[in-house]
Amino acid sequence: MSSPDQLIIFNNVSKFYGEILGVNRVNLQIAPGITSLVGPNGAGKSTLMNLMTGLLRPTRGSISLLGIPTDQPEQLFRKVGYCTQFDSFPRGVTGREFINSFLLVHGFDRKRANELSQIALERVSLQEAGDRKVAAYSKGMRQRIRLAQSIAHQPSVLILDEPLNGLDPMVRAETIALFRRLASEGLHLIISSHILHEVDMMSDRVVLLNSGYIVAEGDIHGVRNEMEEHPMQILIRCDQPAKLAAYVFEKNHVVEARLHDDRRGLFVRTRDADRFYLMLNRAVAEGAVNVESVAPVDDDLSAVYQYLIGTSGGSA
Amino acid sequence: MSSAIDVVQTRSESQPSSWSLWLRQIGAIFRLEIEKNFLSRRSLLIYLLALLPLFPLTILALLRPFIRPPGDEWRDFNQMSVFYSVLYNGFILRTVVFFGSAWIFMNLFRGELVDRSLHYYFLSAVRRDVLVVGKYISGLVTSMILFTGTTVIAMLLLYFPHFYSQSARYFTEGRGLGQLLTYAGITMLACLGYGAFFLVVGLFIRNPIIPALVLYGWEWINFLLPPVLKKISVIHYLNSLVPVPVSEGPFAVVAEPTPAWIAIPSMLGVTLVVLILAAYRIRHMEIRYGSD
Repeated sequence: MSSPDQLIIFNNVSKFYGEILGVNRVNLQIAPGITSLVGPNGAGKSTLMNLMTGLLRPTRGSISLLGIPTDQPEQLFRKVGYCTQFDSFPRGVTGREFINSFLLVHGFDRKRANELSQIALERVSLQEAGDRKVAAYSKGMRQRIRLAQSIAHQPSVLILDEPLNGLDPMVRAETIALFRRLASEGLHLIISSHILHEVDMMSDRVVLLNSGYIVAEGDIHGVRNEMEEHPMQILIRCDQPAKLAAYVFEKNHVVEARLHDDRRGLFVRTRDADRFYLMLNRAVAEGAVNVESVAPVDDDLSAVYQYLIGTSGGSA
Repeated sequence: MSSAIDVVQTRSESQPSSWSLWLRQIGAIFRLEIEKNFLSRRSLLIYLLALLPLFPLTILALLRPFIRPPGDEWRDFNQMSVFYSVLYNGFILRTVVFFGSAWIFMNLFRGELVDRSLHYYFLSAVRRDVLVVGKYISGLVTSMILFTGTTVIAMLLLYFPHFYSQSARYFTEGRGLGQLLTYAGITMLACLGYGAFFLVVGLFIRNPIIPALVLYGWEWINFLLPPVLKKISVIHYLNSLVPVPVSEGPFAVVAEPTPAWIAIPSMLGVTLVVLILAAYRIRHMEIRYGSD
């Protein structure tokens, strides 16, 4: 069990913009690793991130990051970096000056600020463009320079609002690898993203939001397993799908068995995936069928998203 | 992304003591802001304002060979000092310094909200009241340099091109230098007072032009107000300090000027209170650019 100074804690947090709900009754404890915030536009992802960093103040409840309340920026931002979605910069600065100037505001001396700026620029592959004006950067470069600025002081918690927006596929992959590397170093990474398959690929856990409420949270397979109203769908490729269908249909936890269109596979919907896999193992051991492959069809974030929030997961 | 870089985690880097850290942070904020104040596109208006009183005086100086002095009264330094006092009170102080300070100080935070760049400060490990101090000092230095410069150059332009040797004597042996320094001091005090007011207005009110115009009107009708109300203004205390008092017309309500030993500490005290209010406001401020 992690202690409060290793966690990000939301304690019954609500935020209202006048009459309009931002988020409501959020209770969360986020451990190190990559946590993704997922939900449709207006779900409350950015509100949650802005609350976490003190840019917004909760109407009710309290938030602490590694034991530090969010109304103490001088303590908080020694440990926290936030890459917002605001695509704006101080006027007339180069990428290096942009990072450097806020490191100086942070309190680093000039020499250390220069070193940290260089490291941050190299981490986002902008060392060559670092001395050009930010105004001349492409959208992807602006995204990366903001990322560099948020990691330059080497925080323990990194909050990233849509950090993959505007990046080309190559840089996306590199950025995801950077996130994984930072997470393996013990950082908290809180990421919001619209691209569900990328979230699925990089996240240790997800927080699903809809209309200001947390719909589900945890590791994606755990969340999926708890959704009893949506039985798990599994595709079994085998030599005798019809025989297997008859075999599995006798079991209580199997609610549907349907042959694949090519008649070389069987879709099974079960309320208890673990029992189903045990049963399938027995069938294979008894020689009833020869199984080529077994794959869950809807044990991913897109499926969970679709079941819980209702739209397809391509662009949350 | 480069993986060759061996990142040394410095999350627990030793920090200097609070005061030296705050001073360093104020210095960093000051450098960033002073560059913006002097070199951004927004500063063009300030330069124009600061130069405004100098245009007619420069033209007057250039035309000097073609203007025949009307008589001895033109050479009368007492009359010249009254003329300068009118120019200073009516134009430099009430218009140039007033609107210049309004523009500089209201933009310190409001400008960043418009540019959507204030969050970078809010996401730095700096106390928000330290941010207020850093920004206020940068505004103060900017306005003092520009408007004290205007005050001094305007006075020199009035005297020197016409009667150089007499003016030189007036400034070195007479009252000229004392008056010049007093006017410069009043301008600095005006920047201090108006600056704090406009800083806090820019923080509390989305459209700060309206309160600026209200204060402008209030300062202009100050001469008509009863003595008690006169004291609820900046201009009353500044007027109390001018070395050459000018008549405010037949309708003016005469009030005793406030002595310097009360006027100056009062201005400084009110400025301090207003800055504390600004610091309180900024500590509770949220960033919601959409609504700004």
